[in-house]
Amino acid sequence: MKWMLSCKQASQIISQSLDSPLSGSDRMKLRFHLFLCGACTRFSRQLRLLSSAVIRIKHNIENDSSVQLPLESKARIFQKISSAIESKKH
Amino acid sequence: MNTSLLNKNVNDWLNEHGDYLYRFALARLRDPHQAEDAVQETMLAAIKSNSFEGASSARTWLTGILKHKIIDSQRKQFREQPLSDLIDLDASDTSMDDFFDKNGHWLDKPQTLDMPEEALEQKQFLNILSGCIDKLPAKLATIFMMRDVQETDNEAICKELEVTATNAWVMLYRARMGLRKCLEIHWITG
Repeated sequence: MKWMLSCKQASQIISQSLDSPLSGSDRMKLRFHLFLCGACTRFSRQLRLLSSAVIRIKHNIENDSSVQLPLESKARIFQKISSAIESKKH
Repeated sequence: MNTSLLNKNVNDWLNEHGDYLYRFALARLRDPHQAEDAVQETMLAAIKSNSFEGASSARTWLTGILKHKIIDSQRKQFREQPLSDLIDLDASDTSMDDFFDKNGHWLDKPQTLDMPEEALEQKQFLNILSGCIDKLPAKLATIFMMRDVQETDNEAICKELEVTATNAWVMLYRARMGLRKCLEIHWITG
């Protein structure tokens, strides 16, 4: 009986599988559950797509040359740098 | 290094690499002010440190410092964010009642989303997802960014945020459940 997962348990194991390798028994139980359950199979696919999508968002920001350190920010940082160097001098 | 040379170097670094470092920070912290602060802290640390020998590129060296500053910022955020929405973190068995009935069946079965791999190329899809991340409770968003975006391993996350492994996985689970639901609502009907 214990090897029959509920959808709730299956969803938890699916999330865990994104963070660390599953134990052999969890992997078997999950495979069996997914074989029978379309909803959790969709859930599993969607979580994997979610992971790829957030990585894509990261890369898009990193590569977007229109995203720049605002001039005011740069000025503030220059200011901080100068006073830090001044205080180092003394 | 004399101070005028140091001043020139650091200013050159900021001019040459400031935008790159800012984008790097923004992609992980998501907040412009926090990203600016992280760049500033990186520059100040660069002044204090004498470890740059010119053997590696300045950009690689500065990015290495920035990574630590980003984690510092996240640790601070995580500590300062309210616990209110996470009260029953340890009660992992009863904490997902919004999604499952008492027998562990889906209340709303995940539907076939119209989000095949091509969705990744769609700006609208990614914008909706960004909006969903912004709507997460702040603590969940922070740990989610560390794990799924920065790809920090769980052990390091637990150490940095001072949470147990169980708490970390419950928070990641909740974050992912919340994001998936948010996408389902806004992408299907959007």
